[in-house]
Amino acid sequence: MKIAAVCQSGLGSSFMIQMNIESVLKDEGVDTDNIEVTHFDTGGLNINAADYFFLGSDLAEQASDLPQERVFVLQSIIDKSELQEKINTLLDKEGIKHN
Amino acid sequence: MQAVINFIVSIVSTPAILVGLIAMLGLALQKKPGTKTLEGTIKTFVGFLVLTGGAGILQGALTPFASMFKFALHVQGVVPSNEAVVAIALQQYGTTTALIMFVGMVVNVLLARFTKFKYIFLTGQAMLYVSCLTAVILISTGMKANGWTIILGGLFEGTLLTVTPALCQPFMRKITGGDNVAMGHTGNIGYATAGLMGKWFGNAKKSTEDINFPKGLSFLRDSTVSITLVMAIVYLVLAIVSGPHFIETKLSSGTNFLVYAITQAGTFAAGFYVVLAGVRMILGEIVPAFQGIATKLVPNAKPALDVPIIFPYGQNALLIGFFVSFIVGTLSMFAMIGMGTTVIIPGVVGHFFCGGAAGIYGNATGGRRGAIIGSAVNSLLISWLPLFILPVLGGLKLAASTFADTDYLIPGILLGNLGSFGQVAVTGGIIAFVLIVIVWSFFLKDSSKKSDSQKAQG
Repeated sequence: MKIAAVCQSGLGSSFMIQMNIESVLKDEGVDTDNIEVTHFDTGGLNINAADYFFLGSDLAEQASDLPQERVFVLQSIIDKSELQEKINTLLDKEGIKHN
Repeated sequence: MQAVINFIVSIVSTPAILVGLIAMLGLALQKKPGTKTLEGTIKTFVGFLVLTGGAGILQGALTPFASMFKFALHVQGVVPSNEAVVAIALQQYGTTTALIMFVGMVVNVLLARFTKFKYIFLTGQAMLYVSCLTAVILISTGMKANGWTIILGGLFEGTLLTVTPALCQPFMRKITGGDNVAMGHTGNIGYATAGLMGKWFGNAKKSTEDINFPKGLSFLRDSTVSITLVMAIVYLVLAIVSGPHFIETKLSSGTNFLVYAITQAGTFAAGFYVVLAGVRMILGEIVPAFQGIATKLVPNAKPALDVPIIFPYGQNALLIGFFVSFIVGTLSMFAMIGMGTTVIIPGVVGHFFCGGAAGIYGNATGGRRGAIIGSAVNSLLISWLPLFILPVLGGLKLAASTFADTDYLIPGILLGNLGSFGQVAVTGGIIAFVLIVIVWSFFLKDSSKKSDSQKAQG
């Protein structure tokens, strides 16, 4: 499974979201051998680029033509508890064991 | 023996290998398994070569831009773009840049650990670009690319990036409603200025966020699209002013001048895209290693993060700031053409990120009027200051691209002009800067206590 964090230039913010996703997965005790987390810019947003996409609410418009069940729009990209909630939804949906 | 020395010198003077080794060190310090370490090292190494390749593409588009501009207007034309100028500069200053960045990280951690500036600067590309600016300026003042220059450069870069988030923090508390994160970008001096402008001249009661704003312009948020569109306009105007004869005989070897102009605009965006991919690969391992190590060593650190963290707090202010900034930049360009100076073309990326963020800061303290005045003042800074940084950039003085954001421009101009008084002045200036920041931190005691008591009340 591939999870992508996305921001406008794909350098700073998406990278921060990626690191937060990785740390949430670790906190949740998830086996990450088959989970790849990456980051890129909005130009790279397409249906084949990843299985799930995380982005800030200001970029929701950019992801509006992707299947919405695979897009997680973060109201605040610095709020780790919101991220954790959304990751848990994702993990439950995929049937992946977590704490 | 000679061969061994040459081998070692070649490794350290090949920046691609050097950044690979820095990544390897970071991965080893985090005790990553061998395969992960190898993977990360290779990706960082290749990332640097990707970036250099992107620099070649960018230069391919900027060289004809420069000759068209010179032919059409008889002056130098410059597009400020951090990515472009850094990619070009790294070909020559790569090693010094990589080592300054490394020393700068250590300086940032030490200052955050032992002073009251608790900011750990985590925006990797900004660390890389500021290190590059520092390397270019120090070497242009006549210093040798040796250990002392690297230590001085690291002190300058590390101290600057520890203290610029502090300038923005009072406004960040207003924007985000908390004190947990800081602004770790390179427009901080401009943002703080915009925040002050809003405070002095604005009215916080009339927020930009109460306006219903059209959403149809969101395609401009794709940088490939926006760069190509803006650069196409610039190239087309230049092509028309230069005329088909000049372009088709001197530059395009017969291809129609308008088609050539549009292709060059696309080539610029393509180079930008490749440079971004390279930067992403270079930083992929280094930033998490730095974050992991720094947060362990500085327990109560405040992460200074990239500028889009504030975008959701003012989406209208972002767009207003961008448009105001771009318009002021365009008017400034016409003023420069009229005055016959070097002409600074408004760069769409800089005006979006810095102009937009200035709009958000201005709105936080002064509402709509604050957003407009704040982003206009910030735009004047980023439109005119490039004229003053060009002379201190040595061989990059004549490049068709230069640094775009306030935190490169203002410290760069100060450091570079100090260089005209000799290397003793540069050395003294940097050491004084570090000492001032350390001494300043002693006087911060009261304010940090105050915020603690505020926390207790809240």
